Amino acid sequence: MTEQEILSGLADIIEEIAGTPADEVTPEANFVDDLDIDSLSMVEIAVAAQDKFGVEIPDEQLKDLKTVQDVVNFVSKNS
Amino acid sequence: MIGTKILGFGGYQPDKVVTNDDLAKIVDTNDEWIRSRVGIQSRRVAGDDETVADMAEAAGAKALAASGLEPSEVDLVIVATCSPESPLPNVSATVAHRLGIPAPGAYDLNAACAGFCYGIGAASDSVRAGSARNVLVIGAEKMTSWIDWTDRSTCIIFADGAGAAVVGQAGADEQPGIGPVVWGSAGDLAQKITIDGRDGSLRQDGQSVFRWATSAIAPVALEACRRAGVTPAEISAFVSHQANLRIVESIAKKLGIPRERVADDIIQSGNTSSASIPLALSRMAEQGRLQPGTPALLIGFGAGMCYASQVITVP
Repeated sequence: MTEQEILSGLADIIEEIAGTPADEVTPEANFVDDLDIDSLSMVEIAVAAQDKFGVEIPDEQLKDLKTVQDVVNFVSKNS
Repeated sequence: MIGTKILGFGGYQPDKVVTNDDLAKIVDTNDEWIRSRVGIQSRRVAGDDETVADMAEAAGAKALAASGLEPSEVDLVIVATCSPESPLPNVSATVAHRLGIPAPGAYDLNAACAGFCYGIGAASDSVRAGSARNVLVIGAEKMTSWIDWTDRSTCIIFADGAGAAVVGQAGADEQPGIGPVVWGSAGDLAQKITIDGRDGSLRQDGQSVFRWATSAIAPVALEACRRAGVTPAEISAFVSHQANLRIVESIAKKLGIPRERVADDIIQSGNTSSASIPLALSRMAEQGRLQPGTPALLIGFGAGMCYASQVITVP
């Protein structure tokens, strides 16, 4: 899976869970500050990402993933 | 084998209403934060002298009246609770006596927030096996007596109340009105929700519980539908344990059940553990949101981590 494919898949997940239009989900976007996504929505995104990419993002890791690119990197590295 | 059905149900809530603004006066929180994180606007809290048995009795009386049965026709009373004042005596025998049910089987059941669905499953099996003609199942909790009012992550969530249902035989010409229970537990996560010892307070790892509930529970509900021979699209009411509105909505979304069919009693009642499902059923009935004769999907999940789900026919 390329980084672009992960980004696109992640944007779909974020749109589904948080209602943020997928085209606003840019790599540099910060979940809390730019996308208004709280910690519970982050958990839902992690669960959906696991279903979609087959990569588990544990709670301990989740708090360190601040931007969309952080998640893309994590998935890319662990898939 | 004979089928079973819910003959009637009812709920009881304490009079005292505690709003988010009331809580903001005692812990560092606010109305907007509570609404957005857990969906609760207000909750009911029992009086200091009001016991789990008192609330169980009030809800049990309503369910009995709704069932049309005489107390003497009930052979078993099950009280699902995880918050009794003391381990002995059990709540169920006292409540049965107060309701005038003569010498029934009586036991308490602790499956935490899944307790009501466990109780309905056990009751249905007892009736099918011929061990009881009718069973009164009550979920009753005084969660606030086990809360640390300085812990803002839990004191905003939990509340008090009771709900009950009577389970009896379905007619020979009727379809079974209680589907097979799909139940289980995840003991590897048991330490995520605890009350440590007699002086302890309820503690939970909210994020882990949220993750578990939003990932592991929808498949259980789907299996309950499959075992009952209905599809989620046919479900007229989705009555989940009222854990957190965001969990309830997330599960409903995964099941494809439209929002208007989803019980949301947590908004006014908070999380009442084993009482939340029958209370939410009662609320939907009051609102005219239940259609008798149609399938409703129940699912309870919580500490343990125990879970249980079944499809019932709305009485």
